[in-house]
Amino acid sequence: MKFGVVVFPGTWSDRDCGWVVDQVLGAELRYLWHKEADLRDCDCIILPGGFAYGDYLRTGAIARFAPVMEKVSEFAARGGLVWGICNGFQILCEAGLLPGALIRNSSLEFRCEWTNLVVERADLPFTSACEEREVLRIPISHGEGSYFADPATLSRLEQNGQVVFRYADVEGRVRPNANPNGSVHNIAGIVNSRGNVLGMMPHPERCAEQELGGTDGLKLFRSVMHHATKALAG
Amino acid sequence: MIARVIVTPKPVVNDPQGVTVRQGLATLGFAEVTDVRVGKYIEVRLKAGSEREARERVDAMCRQLLANHVIEDYRFDIERDGEKSR
Repeated sequence: MKFGVVVFPGTWSDRDCGWVVDQVLGAELRYLWHKEADLRDCDCIILPGGFAYGDYLRTGAIARFAPVMEKVSEFAARGGLVWGICNGFQILCEAGLLPGALIRNSSLEFRCEWTNLVVERADLPFTSACEEREVLRIPISHGEGSYFADPATLSRLEQNGQVVFRYADVEGRVRPNANPNGSVHNIAGIVNSRGNVLGMMPHPERCAEQELGGTDGLKLFRSVMHHATKALAG
Repeated sequence: MIARVIVTPKPVVNDPQGVTVRQGLATLGFAEVTDVRVGKYIEVRLKAGSEREARERVDAMCRQLLANHVIEDYRFDIERDGEKSR
C-alpha cells in the first residue's frame, strides 16, 4: 500500500501526513512534487494542508494548474482514492473534482481548535474503520473553511449522502454553535458521487498519536490502508 | 489594451468582510449605508487585434481563473488608447 503526498510550494502539512503514513501506519510513502507528472504507482493520493502557491487569487486557485493535478484528475476518474485535507479540499473544489467552494470563515478569524465531527458515512474507503454517527475529535486550522454550495448542489449532496462529516457537539448533535466557520449545513467534509474523492477541512494527520492529544484521525488513515490492502489482495 | 475586472461575491454568498465594513461605517455615523460587499479589482494588460477580441479573451480568463463561478460574479471594462467602453 503506497500513499502519495503531494507537495506544492507553500504546502505545510506534507510532513505531518508523511509521518502518519510511514511512522504511525507503517505504509509506504512517496512525496510527489507538484511538477511531477507521474503518481508513481500510489494507491491513495493525499493533497495536504497549507497555502499552495500562497493561495494567491483564491485558495487553491493556482494549485489546480500544477502538472501533478492533471494526473490526480485522471487518477480520480479511474476510481483512484484522492484525499484532500484543508488546503487540499480547497484545491479539489477549485479543480472541479468536488462541488462547491470554501470561503472566508464567518468570524473572519483564522480558527485553530479542536472540533467534534459526526460521521455520516462509515461505508467509504476513508471511513470504514468508523461507526456511523460516531463522533471524531479532530482539529481544524484555517481562515477560509466555510463550505458553500448553491441550494441545488446542496440538496443533491444531501440526497446522495455525499456529506461525510459535520461539525457537531460532543454528543454528535449538529448545532449552529458547534459550527466553527459558518459552513452550510455544518459541512466539514464531502465525497464525490462515486465515493473515491474526499475533501475535509479538519486535520486527521494532527491527531494520529496520543502524544498529540488524540488518535481519532488515525481511524481515517487505517480505513484507507484497510481498503487498499483488500483491493490489492482481491 | 487594459481590462479592468471587478469580481464580487454572489448575492447568495455570505460576505462577512462586507458586513464588518458596513458595521464600521455605521459606527462612523454613515447611517445611510444599507449594504457593503467586498470584492476584488484586477487589471489585465493584453494585446488584442480588436476590442471584441479582447472582450472574448478576458471573458474566458474570468471564467477559467479570475472568478470562481460558484461564489463570485464578474464584470469588466476594456480601455484602449485612453478610451473606455463597457
